[in-house]
Amino acid sequence: MRTPVPELTIIQAVNMALRRALEDDPAVVVLGQDVGLHGGVFRATEGLYQRFGGKRVLDTPLAETMIGGLAVGMATQGLKPVCEIQFLGFLYPVLDNLANHASRLRTRTRGRISCPMVLRVTHGGGVHAPEHHSEAIEAMLAHIPGLRVVIPSTPTKAYGLLLSAIRDPDPVIFLEPTRLYRAVKAHVEDSGEGWPLDRCDVVREGEDLTLVSWGAMMQETLAAADVLRERGVSAEVVDVVTIKPFDADTVIRSVTKTGRCVIVHEAARTAGFGAEIAAVVAERAMTALLARIERVTGYDVVMPLPRLESHYIPSTRRILAACERSLAWA
Amino acid sequence: MAAGRTGSNDSLVASFEIRHRRFLDENGEPVAALPASAAEPEFLKTLYRAMCLTRAFDAKCVNLQRTGRLGTYATSLGQEAVPVGLASAMRERDVLVPSYREGGAQMWRGVRMEELLIYWGGDERGHAYADPRVARDLPVCITVGNHALHAAGVAAALKFRGEDAAAVCVFGDGATSKGDVYEAFNVAGVWSLPVVFVVSNNRWAISTPLDRQTAARTLAQKGLAGGLRVLQVDGNDVIAVHDAMCEALDFARRGEGASVIECLTYRLNDHNTADDSTRYREPAEVEGRWAYCPLKRMRAFLAKGGWWSDPEEEALQAEIAASIENSVARYLAHAATAPSVESMFAHLHAELPRAYWSQREDALAHARA
Repeated sequence: MRTPVPELTIIQAVNMALRRALEDDPAVVVLGQDVGLHGGVFRATEGLYQRFGGKRVLDTPLAETMIGGLAVGMATQGLKPVCEIQFLGFLYPVLDNLANHASRLRTRTRGRISCPMVLRVTHGGGVHAPEHHSEAIEAMLAHIPGLRVVIPSTPTKAYGLLLSAIRDPDPVIFLEPTRLYRAVKAHVEDSGEGWPLDRCDVVREGEDLTLVSWGAMMQETLAAADVLRERGVSAEVVDVVTIKPFDADTVIRSVTKTGRCVIVHEAARTAGFGAEIAAVVAERAMTALLARIERVTGYDVVMPLPRLESHYIPSTRRILAACERSLAWA
Repeated sequence: MAAGRTGSNDSLVASFEIRHRRFLDENGEPVAALPASAAEPEFLKTLYRAMCLTRAFDAKCVNLQRTGRLGTYATSLGQEAVPVGLASAMRERDVLVPSYREGGAQMWRGVRMEELLIYWGGDERGHAYADPRVARDLPVCITVGNHALHAAGVAAALKFRGEDAAAVCVFGDGATSKGDVYEAFNVAGVWSLPVVFVVSNNRWAISTPLDRQTAARTLAQKGLAGGLRVLQVDGNDVIAVHDAMCEALDFARRGEGASVIECLTYRLNDHNTADDSTRYREPAEVEGRWAYCPLKRMRAFLAKGGWWSDPEEEALQAEIAASIENSVARYLAHAATAPSVESMFAHLHAELPRAYWSQREDALAHARA
């Protein structure tokens, strides 16, 4: 008899991947604030402490720098720490260890020592959270050589990407789109299969325009593509999935086909990762472009408190307006 | 605060003390019975030899930098008892997590002199230690104090696997002002980690003297806040450093937890070869500190015991000079071949992601041109 494949949220898919990784590899340890008995502030680690014990699932003291530094030290000795930072605004103290150590140890020692750690952290706003709980700084992380930065947009990708991230022999930042945690569901099989760490995913094929986005913004982006379809415009939608390394080939292939490119992200505009994508499109697909590249992003302002966040986070309307500007070019 | 308001009924809930350990005074006279860990004259001679090697190698590094054959280098003149004392107490399977002034400890453990030169000469290959005994040791940490947390992580891994081993982390007085160090003390305490934090207190953090670094009377006491076992030792007395380390490592390996050992020493040279300490430090202060030189007191002690003679000293210095010259020759021969341009990319990840292949090709093409 076949067990039915369960329908899971992203948070449940994350939990299933953690459980699978802990089962499969005795070197995997989960650590962070409140990840043990409590099961994590979002319940990502629910039941893991009960199943694997305090030796594998470690509640740490409250110190983000410490979580990052501890994970670096553990990883240098062959453990595979998977740490949780509760919110992206609390990640800044960890940047020191990410930029100066985790990402560099393999290079600094010419391969003698590596740092196979995963840092899980929530990404983005839209959940009416307090200050510093809604940041989107993937570009800052992507600028650090030696780090991988990935972000799922579905439960299926969350499960596969997290398994691949944990199995990767080098540091990976795993961003979890907070407002999608329980907003999307999918049947996810606990197959143990990973998702590629270096591939953009064409989630919808189209001919007239390319929409590029990632994480929670995939919802508004796909909604915009639906509206366009009703208007007779066929949009191709690319989910970046792996911010770093960035799979430019997939985006270039799409833009070369459609001639139009609209990039959507929640993070602030200046030096956001959309700027990198726009630059690559300009470098490699300039002659295929029928319209100027459009970016729909958060503004270059401080991420507002919940009462204004809907004016900050790109809406489907803003995405459609950009698509219209793009399509207006003959 | 020790005392509450006058006339209050505040009760004493905890009190602490900081002990200081020393066996030899600055003239090499014993001030206490020598510990069992250092009872063998032959062993003490080994410690002395290692300190002499550390000093001579350090002088050679400065000389190589001055003559354009080495990059910026952080000197250890006057602090030799700390790296030698701590490394000699470690076992092979312990893990050293050093700062950048512990060449003497690294050499003791198996890092080759030419590897240290290759690194300070500006080439990452110097951190790819060939000797399997140091395969797990971390490379020097340039960012002050970050590595206290790495040492805690290393210790957590050793404990996780149930290894009979401990981590040893070394940093200076300046590092004790950083949050990383406090966070490391805290987690090492609450998780009872097998780690020894060694504070090499040389009284100067580049130009900042100890009294402008902290209001704490000792640096050892900072460990008390994390619930660690703490001790201050005369860091220019190699016997004291070695003995305190043996005790702390034993404590760690028995599963009793972490320690902080503050070693009082003095930086006789500039911070590094790019520094000029006469801008902020009175030469007279430095001159006065030569009286406390760790080599001088050990040699005096050995000579008084009849275990060391002038001819032995001469033979030792000649032997050290020769071994350093050999290492320098190997270093210079190695340096004649630059690291490959490809190597910038080769160790970024276990396998270079496709996204960076074109950048590698670009670098290689320009290197060929």
